[in-house]
Amino acid sequence: MSEQSKKPNDKSRRDFLQNIGMAGVGTLLGGAAVWAGFNYDSKKTAKQRIKVLTAENKLVEIEKDAILDIEKSPAQQLTYLQQRGRDGLEGKRFVMVIDLSKCQNARKCMQACQEAHHLRPEQHHINVLKMQETATTQPYYMPKPCQHCDNPPCTAVCPVDATFKRQDGIVLIDNERCIGCRFCMAACPYSARLFHWQEPLFSEQDKDLVYDVEQNVPQRRGTISKCLFSADKLREGKQPSCVSACPNGVYYFGDENEDVVTNGTTKESFRFRKLLADNGGYTLMPELGTKPRVYYLPPKGKTSPFQEKDKEEAAEHFHG
Amino acid sequence: MLDKKTSDQIVADLTSHIKLSMGFKVWMAFLSVSLLVCLYAYFLQLRDGMIVTGLGDYVSWGMYLANFVFFVATSLIGMLISAVLSLLNQKWAAPLARIAEIIALAFAAVAGLVIIMDMGHPERLLNVFIHGRIQSPIVWDVTVVTIYVLISALFLYIPLLPDLKICSEKLTNIPPFARKIYTLLSLNWSGTTEQKNLIKKSTGALSIFIIPVALAIHTVTSWLFANTSRAGWDSTIFGPYFVIGAFVAGTAAVVVAMFVFRKAFNLEEYITDFHFDKIGKLLVLVSLLYLYFNINEYMVPAYKMKHADAFHIQTLFTGSYAPLFWATQILGLILPIILLILKPMRKPLPLLIISIFVILGAWFKRYIIVVPTMEHPFLPVQNVPINFKVYSPTLIEIGVTIAPMIMAVLIITILSKVIPVIPIHETLEHRNEQEK
Repeated sequence: MSEQSKKPNDKSRRDFLQNIGMAGVGTLLGGAAVWAGFNYDSKKTAKQRIKVLTAENKLVEIEKDAILDIEKSPAQQLTYLQQRGRDGLEGKRFVMVIDLSKCQNARKCMQACQEAHHLRPEQHHINVLKMQETATTQPYYMPKPCQHCDNPPCTAVCPVDATFKRQDGIVLIDNERCIGCRFCMAACPYSARLFHWQEPLFSEQDKDLVYDVEQNVPQRRGTISKCLFSADKLREGKQPSCVSACPNGVYYFGDENEDVVTNGTTKESFRFRKLLADNGGYTLMPELGTKPRVYYLPPKGKTSPFQEKDKEEAAEHFHG
Repeated sequence: MLDKKTSDQIVADLTSHIKLSMGFKVWMAFLSVSLLVCLYAYFLQLRDGMIVTGLGDYVSWGMYLANFVFFVATSLIGMLISAVLSLLNQKWAAPLARIAEIIALAFAAVAGLVIIMDMGHPERLLNVFIHGRIQSPIVWDVTVVTIYVLISALFLYIPLLPDLKICSEKLTNIPPFARKIYTLLSLNWSGTTEQKNLIKKSTGALSIFIIPVALAIHTVTSWLFANTSRAGWDSTIFGPYFVIGAFVAGTAAVVVAMFVFRKAFNLEEYITDFHFDKIGKLLVLVSLLYLYFNINEYMVPAYKMKHADAFHIQTLFTGSYAPLFWATQILGLILPIILLILKPMRKPLPLLIISIFVILGAWFKRYIIVVPTMEHPFLPVQNVPINFKVYSPTLIEIGVTIAPMIMAVLIITILSKVIPVIPIHETLEHRNEQEK
């Protein structure tokens, strides 16, 4: 009996142990499941993957938390911006078309430019001139930015390669390298350059900014500044400040390679060559051989009159 | 006259000015104080920026550039008198060679400083060597001016070797350390035939080599302007025009130095009326050539009257720059030519007065070349303050312009107090030859 009675006991002990084991495993499993469940949500966000473009131009997917922010010292950032500024935007050949028949001397372009590049009111990257060729011809307003010549006299004479021509057609100035000799100003037939004779307007506020060649900010005393076609905005796919600020549809800006220019006011796009061909487009002083990248459409059929008060100043040009 | 003097007397005469006289000390004190005042003006420019000048975004080159051209121009005289005239066997110029070389060295060395004072960031000067671009005429200018200063220094030094030996032997009233320096600098000169030949050969080689370098410095300087397309600068004759103009300024500068040294150092027997007469004729010759270039430079564009040129010419002939233009042309060029053709005008005093007018004319002529062109670019000057349209130099700017002039005079004064301004060795040799 004892033997017999032992058996069930034995059995029951085994069952008991078995049950405990089961429960233990169950608890472990359950706990693990719960733990896994709890972790599931947090893991889902932590392992979020994003697509990035490698330096070799290959699209890859990596976990977002694998991204490391590389801390650059201001000197490294400056070198990076200088190199980027010299490289320019590959495959582009920027052009500007200025329609003189639409310019009413609103000067929003000058204002926007001076704000974007931290200039004083008398400092012009772009200047709207009152022009008249002869006593019998009509006066007109002519916005005059840097012509971004393909054969720029300014870059040729620079002794230190501080001003240079980029592959995308833009002529820039590196004011961290400029020695302030002003030979480029003497060489430029379009008077497109300015010099910081005194402390620039925002030099106090801008003093901690890292210098960006493509914006030429912070401006620096004793160096040259000039129109940049807002190279910093072009990098973001936007239009230059003057172009988008114009209320009268004077400016078209675009890429010669694509043969497309877009009006800054109406956002309408046109075939660049056709626009020139249809409207008698020309460049300033082509006889100098500078090959400007800024084109003008003649002041034909002006919709708004030339203001009476500006006539005298315009007439000074032909000394009539 | 020199025939009657013994060698010792000649040596004594020609070294008598190598001493620290009272007059020298007073003059140096005056120069130093004036220099300090002018350098303070430069300090203000460094502190406050170039806003302290009258320059603006249109006239961005002004007095400083005119001054630079003047300095380079004046320095060319070393090449004309010491090299060209000696190669042409013009014996009369031999006693004047050292004066010309002293002027050349002083003005060429200071010219470099003039251009640095015009820079917005002079502390970045090294960029010209680190990032130098061979296309830029400024890089050419820096190169040739440096070479010219070095050659001029050699050209002054090598013929000086025998004289340095003489100084170390005959100057008894100077401190021993000074005599040691003379001995050291004379490089063991002992007057052997071998040494004489060596000096003759190296001086001959330098005389030839200095000619293209001197032509280069002023031609390149003229290209700073002629290589732009601006009205008044866009000229193919700027190189020779500047070089000939340089000879005019330099010859007049030598006349002034001759006069001053002759009076101050009692050199009447060595720099005679004959020398003044000869250099007066040289001044007429180079002035006539310069007049010829001036006629070309202004007549040709004035005949065509192309739009931008026409305005430039009108500004000079009848406009705002007419008084200055005609003053430089008449008082600084035409009248001197007419007067100097007359023999009495080539006596020391009249020649000195005429030369001072020539030098003033030469300086303002460079101002006339630089400034009016910048005031009239191709496109109208609008929407800027009035001081951007019309250039008028400020007092600080004038101070910064005068500083290099004082420096050049300082260098000349100091050199004239440590080396004989008339070559002793050559004077003795010349006399010995005549005796034979």
